[in-house]
Amino acid sequence: MAEVVLSGISKSFGAVRAVDGLDFQVADGELVVLLGPTGAGKTTTLRLVAGLEKPDEGTIAIGEVDVTAAPPAARDVAFVFQQYSLYPHYTVYDNLAFPLRAPGRDLAREEIDARVGEIARLLQIESKLENKATQLSGGEMQRVAIGRALVRTPSIYLMDEPLSSLDAKLREDLRVELKRIQRDLGATILYVTHDQLEAMTLADRIGVLAEGRLVQIGTPREVYEKPANIYVARRLGTPQINVLSPAALGVTDAPADTDRLGVRPEDLRLTSQGAPAQVLNVEDLGVETVVLLEVGGGERLHALLPAGETLMPDGEVKVSMRPRSAIYFDSEGWRITESHDAPEAETERRGADVG
Amino acid sequence: MADIHLDKVKKRFGDFVAVRESTFTIRDGEFFVMLGPSGCGKTTTLRMIAGLELPSEGRILLDGEDVTFNRASQRDIAFVFQLFALYPHMNVRKNIGFPLVSQGLPRREIRSRVEETAKLLRIDHLLNSRVSGLSSGDRQRVALGRAIVRRPKAFLMDEPLGALDAEFRELMCEELRLLHKRIDATTVYVTHDQIEAMSMADRIAVMNHAEVLQIGTPAEVYTRPASMFVAGFIGSPAMNLLPAEGGLEMGAQAVRVNGAQVAVPRLREGLAGDRAVLGVRPEHISIAGDGQLRGTVFGVEYMGTRQLVTVDTHAGRLKVRAPNTLRVLDGETVGLTFDANRLVVFDAASEKALKSDLIREGDDG
Repeated sequence: MAEVVLSGISKSFGAVRAVDGLDFQVADGELVVLLGPTGAGKTTTLRLVAGLEKPDEGTIAIGEVDVTAAPPAARDVAFVFQQYSLYPHYTVYDNLAFPLRAPGRDLAREEIDARVGEIARLLQIESKLENKATQLSGGEMQRVAIGRALVRTPSIYLMDEPLSSLDAKLREDLRVELKRIQRDLGATILYVTHDQLEAMTLADRIGVLAEGRLVQIGTPREVYEKPANIYVARRLGTPQINVLSPAALGVTDAPADTDRLGVRPEDLRLTSQGAPAQVLNVEDLGVETVVLLEVGGGERLHALLPAGETLMPDGEVKVSMRPRSAIYFDSEGWRITESHDAPEAETERRGADVG
Repeated sequence: MADIHLDKVKKRFGDFVAVRESTFTIRDGEFFVMLGPSGCGKTTTLRMIAGLELPSEGRILLDGEDVTFNRASQRDIAFVFQLFALYPHMNVRKNIGFPLVSQGLPRREIRSRVEETAKLLRIDHLLNSRVSGLSSGDRQRVALGRAIVRRPKAFLMDEPLGALDAEFRELMCEELRLLHKRIDATTVYVTHDQIEAMSMADRIAVMNHAEVLQIGTPAEVYTRPASMFVAGFIGSPAMNLLPAEGGLEMGAQAVRVNGAQVAVPRLREGLAGDRAVLGVRPEHISIAGDGQLRGTVFGVEYMGTRQLVTVDTHAGRLKVRAPNTLRVLDGETVGLTFDANRLVVFDAASEKALKSDLIREGDDG
């Protein structure tokens, strides 16, 4: 494994600037997730690292070697795509062994056996090694597809939404398995997704992309608790963070320059004191209750309350924030750094669109 | 508006049983969701209510009237397939009024109904705008307006939000729910997405293999699942299911899991069979001290204020929802304590929940 460094990478397709001045690195053994909506430049970034696209500007280094001009085959990367692309007439074993049998590798049979066996055990598909790929379920096929990338030990694994074609339960299972395998193997992975839960749960660090630019990169906790701006704040968390005027919640001690106030639904409480609000909707989800409230001035917000909270729709309540849970944004949508914040070395403050 | 009653309704296609005998009532003004995996019979049931399929046996009553053999057009029901398709060359007013024009209503009546509908959806200021210039939220409202302008006795919706991305789907769920509260129309909604069902339904019918397994409010099906299927289908992550020893007497207050005694709500029926299954939700397990069960942490997933901890025990792999203030590391040995009042015991053979102080009779609708 090796570290990967992108410096000032830009790429346009015609008039569209798909990737715009990207600077970040993936450390040896690290899993970095790029998160963003369709068109944010996630897949283009992966393809640039793989060598499937050439950057217009900037350099890419893998393991301290500048590979900007190197063809894909010379880069030593393994790519996992969204759709499992297996050889249907091959057995699971042969699918897994395929990359190891590539010409020029000259691996001994025992070595291939050992490596395939290890990966099959990690992915819990040992009992299926003799099955044809077509005899597998969707979840098993995607395990094999991931396994086929993992049997090799390239400098970096590039993964493009590898779990998105699976149903919710399988995704939950494979997510935690993938993370565990990555740790055990010390694998370096650059992973892209538009699924915020996947990003939060898998990543060592999350890079949030908007229109080809990196808005913020940091640990899941940093990005969730100290989002660089409103755009990032809204990309993480369900229900979404509430963004409203400070006056709506009766806040009078906001820092100077505050334009909007952000508060996560789980940081709101219904108490005897607070801003008067009307209950518009109550969703008792069993595990917790989501309440839609309307405060004076007509602004709406979601509160996430413990399960079993008995609330009357159309009732009047008072809503307040937990201490120190408010996030303040300036008129351009950037978070106003407070004095007790730790220094944020890696927060990029470049003009990505906010909101 | 109306209630809808299904009386011993069955549907076969040749040898294939699409819907096994179903009897239930959808109440007047209720938001009723039929939830299940593909092929469970939910869409067939909906199509029989609509009059697009004829039941092989049984009766369907709409507001007390037997409509089993009435055509779809005679049922005064609006079937909403997809909430998106708008006519791009027409303005908002024409889009909303379209179903009334096809019905041949007088122009003045159409005008007043369209304006009333637009007011309800808070898009009355947009009536003369072209739909192509609207925000996606407003386009949705126009599509909804077109569905409700007819004022049918009931709305039937078949995965109307299926094509949307997650973020937008959440917004639309809430919009539909708020609209439903304002117009109080009986709504039958079909989906395979349990999150959609949980966030919108007054009551959910959980279906699998052509059968309705349980009907209840979202909180009921979540906290008191009638069967292992329901327990595993609802919730993300789903309820943990652990093998336990059978041979349980009525009145028992504990089960044995991998040799350990685990306190459960007092059982109101016994289990003669030798295998039981213990169901426990991820948020009803705490990681603390020695615990009733011990295990090794397989993975820790950060989720904001919470974390999801996957623990391997001798009884199987478990998911635990814990506050993010708890420090746990991969590979660490931890003790797990279960919240005794919230556990469900299932018969492993029938996969049905045993009656207990938590699982009572009469939850089914």
